[in-house]
Amino acid sequence: MVFYILVLLAAVGVAGYFAGRSKAVTVIGGEVHKLHSLPSQHGTYVALFATLPALLALVVWGLASPGIETSIIKSRFAAELAGQGVPQIEAFVRDAKAIAFGGLVGFTDSTKEAAAAVYRSLHTTSLTIIGVVCALLAVGGFLYSYRNITASFRARHVVERVVRVFLIACSVVAVLTTIGIVLSLIFESLLFFGEIPVLKFLFGLHWSPQSAFTGAGTAAGEVNEDIFGAIPLFAGTLLITFIAMLVAAPVGLMSAIYLSDYASKSIRAVAKPVLEILAGIPTVVYGFFAALTVAPFFRDLGQLVGLSVASESALAAGVVMGIMIIPFVSSLSDDVINAVPQSLRDGSAGLGATKSETIRKVVLPAALPGIVSAMLLAVSRAIGETMIVVMAAGLAANLTVNPLEAVTTITVQIATLLVGDQEFDSAKTRAAFALGLVLFCATLALNVIALRVVKKYREQYD
Amino acid sequence: MTDIVATPLSPRGKPGIHTDAAAKARLKARYGAELRFKWLGASAVGLAALFLLLLLSTIVTQGLPAFRMNYLTLPVDLSAVPADPAARAGFDYAGPVNEAVGAKFPDVTGRQERRLLRGIVSTGSGVILRQQVENDTSLAGKTVDVQVPLDDFADLYFKGLLAESAAPQPLSGVTVSGASGDVAVTFSDDTIARLARGAGAIEAEGGILRLTSGAASLLLDAGGGTVKLTEVGPGNTAKGIVYEALDAPVSTASPAVLRTITTPEASRKITDREIVWLDRLKADGAITNTWNTIFFTSGASREAELAGVWGAVVGSFLTLIVTIGVAFPIGVAAAIYLEEFAPKNRLTSLIEVNINNLAAVPSIVFGLLGLAVFLNFFGMPRSAPVVGGLVLALMTLPIIIIAGRASLRAVPPSIREAALGIGASKVQMVFHHVLPLAMPGIMTGTILGMAHALGETAPLLMIGMVAFIVDIPGGFTEPATILPVQIFMWADFPEPAFQQKTSAAIMVLLGFLILMNAIAVVLRKRFERRW
Repeated sequence: MVFYILVLLAAVGVAGYFAGRSKAVTVIGGEVHKLHSLPSQHGTYVALFATLPALLALVVWGLASPGIETSIIKSRFAAELAGQGVPQIEAFVRDAKAIAFGGLVGFTDSTKEAAAAVYRSLHTTSLTIIGVVCALLAVGGFLYSYRNITASFRARHVVERVVRVFLIACSVVAVLTTIGIVLSLIFESLLFFGEIPVLKFLFGLHWSPQSAFTGAGTAAGEVNEDIFGAIPLFAGTLLITFIAMLVAAPVGLMSAIYLSDYASKSIRAVAKPVLEILAGIPTVVYGFFAALTVAPFFRDLGQLVGLSVASESALAAGVVMGIMIIPFVSSLSDDVINAVPQSLRDGSAGLGATKSETIRKVVLPAALPGIVSAMLLAVSRAIGETMIVVMAAGLAANLTVNPLEAVTTITVQIATLLVGDQEFDSAKTRAAFALGLVLFCATLALNVIALRVVKKYREQYD
Repeated sequence: MTDIVATPLSPRGKPGIHTDAAAKARLKARYGAELRFKWLGASAVGLAALFLLLLLSTIVTQGLPAFRMNYLTLPVDLSAVPADPAARAGFDYAGPVNEAVGAKFPDVTGRQERRLLRGIVSTGSGVILRQQVENDTSLAGKTVDVQVPLDDFADLYFKGLLAESAAPQPLSGVTVSGASGDVAVTFSDDTIARLARGAGAIEAEGGILRLTSGAASLLLDAGGGTVKLTEVGPGNTAKGIVYEALDAPVSTASPAVLRTITTPEASRKITDREIVWLDRLKADGAITNTWNTIFFTSGASREAELAGVWGAVVGSFLTLIVTIGVAFPIGVAAAIYLEEFAPKNRLTSLIEVNINNLAAVPSIVFGLLGLAVFLNFFGMPRSAPVVGGLVLALMTLPIIIIAGRASLRAVPPSIREAALGIGASKVQMVFHHVLPLAMPGIMTGTILGMAHALGETAPLLMIGMVAFIVDIPGGFTEPATILPVQIFMWADFPEPAFQQKTSAAIMVLLGFLILMNAIAVVLRKRFERRW
C-alpha cells in the first residue's frame, strides 16, 4: 500500500514537472528568455510542491503509526493484560502483529486473535487516512504551485532554497547519529544505574551477569548488585590492548620509517599494497585466524616449554589484534614522518649525521606529537575492536595480568550479553549499554587527547 | 666519508681526531648502527608481509578443499514414487536412497551396520532427489542413476583430511579361514608381526599382539574381500573380522594386500567399516569428485555438506544496497554543503568535529545504536537487511563525507569562478560543474567505504543478524544473514568440515573485497584528474 502511494507520488512529481515547465513556456508565449527562471526550474518547483509535503506526511506517519496502533491495542486489551509483566505484554503485541500481518507466531489464543483483528482494522483505517492526506497534500501543492507560475516568478530561488535545506538536513544527519548514540547509551545506562550503583559497576571486582537472576531473566527476579563489577573487563581490555600495541607500535613505526626513508621504489611498490591488504581484511577473518591458528600455536608452544597457556589466551588475541593495527599505525606515522620538512633532514645530513641518526635525533623528535597521537588513535581502535576478541578471547572475567590466561573485554561482554536476546529490559542487557557508554567515552577521550597533543605540541616548520 | 682510507697526518705530524684509530672505530660503530637500523626497518616490513602471507596461506589451504565435493552415483529405484503430485508431495525420498545404498552392500545385515552404511550419504539426499523428480516428473517409476552428496565425514575422508594411510603393502602366502564373520588368517613370514608392532599393537600373553582402537588399523585385502585384523600371533597367524565378504575362503597360500590406516580409529571421526565401504565404492567408480555447487547455491544448514554461502551472499547484497542507497546521497549532500555552502561558524565547525569523531567510534557502538533506536524505538524487524543496511550506512557516512570533501576540494577554484562568471547560480555551479568533476573521487571513496561495510560484523551481531536462517532472503525486511556473520557462525561449529567451509566463505568474501577495491583503483586511474 505504502509502495503504491510512493509510486503515485512519483508519477505526480513527473507530471508536475512537465506541467510546470509547459505552463512557464506558454505563460510567456514561447519567449523563454523573458522568464525570470528557466522552464525546467518552474517544472522542478511544481514537482517539489506536489510531492514533498505528502512525502513528509508519509514519513511522520511511518514513524508514529506503529506506536499509536500498539498503544491503542494495549489500552483496548488492558483488562486481559492486567497483572502481566512488560515482557509478556510485548510478546502479546508482537504475536498479535504477527498474526495480523504474517510472520512467526510464538503461540496463539483467542485473545491474540481478537487483538490481531483489531490490529488489522486499525491498520486499514490508518492506511486510508494517510492515503487521503497524501492525495490532498499532493493535489493542493500541485494546484498552489501551478497557479503561482508567472513570467516574473522566482522559481529558481525557491528550488535552490529547497536544495540548500536538503543539503543542510543531510549534514545534520551525522550530528543526529551522534546524538542518537549518546542518548540511547545514556538512557539505557541510566536505567541500569537505577538498579546497580555506579560505583559498584565501575569499581566492582566481580563480573558474571549471566547468573544475574534467580528466575528466568524476568524483571521479577532479584538483581544481585555484586556481580556487575566491571574492573575485570577493563583490566582484560587493557591487557589485550597492551599486547596489541607491543606488536603494532614497533612494527608499524619501523615499517613507516623504512618505507619513507630507506625503501627503494620497487620495494615500496610491493610493501604499500601489502599493508593496504592487511588493512582491508575484515576483522572476522583475523578472528578466525586467531582462534584457529594462532591460539593453538601458542598453546602448543607453551606445552613445549612447560607453560600452561589457555586456549583462549590474551596473548593470541592481542598479537592478532596487533597485526590488524600495524597498517593503521604505519599509515598514520607515515603521514607524520613525511610532514617533517626535507630541510631538517638535509641540515642533519649536512652536519655529517648518518640516515639513522637523522631519523632518531631529528625526524622522530620533530614528529613526536604526531606519532603519540597516532599511537593514541591505535589504542582507541584496539579498545573498540570486537570480532577478534569475541572469537579468540575468553568469556569468563578473570582479573589477571598474566597474558597466558584467558581474559575478557568490554566488547566481548557487550556482544555476548546482547546476541540472541529478545528481551531488552533486564539489568543484564542494560549492562551492555552501560559498557557501551564506557567504551564510547574512552574512545572519544582518546581521540580528543590525540587531537590536543597534535595541536599543542606540533612545531610549525613552514 | 667512505673514502677515508689512509690516515693523513695533521700539519703537526699527529693523527687528527677525525682520522685516528678511535675515529675509525667510531665511524665503524656508527655505520654498524646505521645498517642495524635499516635492517630493523626492513624486518618490520618483512614481518608485516609474513603475517599477511601466513594468514592468506592458512585460509587458502584450508578453504580450497571445500570448493570441491564428492558425490556418490546410485541407481535409485523410483518405482514407488506416486505419479499423482499431491501424493508425491508426501512421499519420503530418503527410503529409495537408503535402499540403493544398501543394495551396494547386500551382505551388510546388522541393524547398526545398516544405519552406519546409510550415514555415508548426506541426510539431505532425499530432498535433493525430490527436487530432481519435481523438475522432471518422468523420472517417477523408473530406476535412475542419481548423484547424491556424501556425508561430510565421508567427503573429508576422500579429501584425505580425516585419516592418514600408509602405502599398501603386498604380502604373499596368505590364507583366510572363512568368507565372512570372524576368521583366522595365516601368513608365510613374520612381516605381519613387525607391521602390527609398528601400528602400536598392545602385547598380550602368549605372543599375541592386540590391535585395539588406539592402534593403527590393518586392513587385509584378500580373495576379493577385506578383513580387519584384530589380533596378530602367536607366530605368523592372525585373527580378524571380515568387513567385506570374500568370494570364498582362501585355503591355498595366495598373495594379498595389507592397507594401513595410520590414524587410530579412536582418534578419527570415521570407522574402519566406513573406510572399507568408501574405498570399495571408489574402486567401483561410483564416487565422482566435482565442483561443489551446493556451496554456491544453498543457504545455511546444520549439515556441513549441505551448507552454502548463497543465502549470506544475497543477504550481504541486500544490506549493501540499503547502505549505499542511504549513505551515498546523504554523504555526498553533506560533503557538498560543508565544502561549498557552509558559512564558517560554530555550527559548521561543530558538524565537522562531530563527523571526524564519528569516524572513530567503535563499530559495535553503532550496533547498540541500531538496537536501541531502530529495533526498540521504531520497532523495525530483527535480522532484516534494511536495519543492517541503515546501521552500516550511519557507520560509512563519515567515510563518504570525508572522501567527498577531499575530492570537492581538489576541484580548482577557476572552475567555480568561470561558472559564476557566466551567470550560473551557486547551486548550478556546484551541480553542473564542480560535482561532475569531483564524482570519480567521490565514487572511489564510496566504493572503499562499501568494502569496509561489507566486511563489518560486530554491529550486525547486535541487531540479530546472527540468527540461523536457512532460506535465501527474498526482500529487505525478511530475516537474513550476511557473509561475515555467516563466517563468524561457521567458525563456531565443531564439525571439521565447517572449518573448511569457513575458510572457503572467507575466500568468497575476500574475492568480493578484492573486486570492489579493483573497481575503485580502476576508477581512480581512469577518471581522476590531476589539476
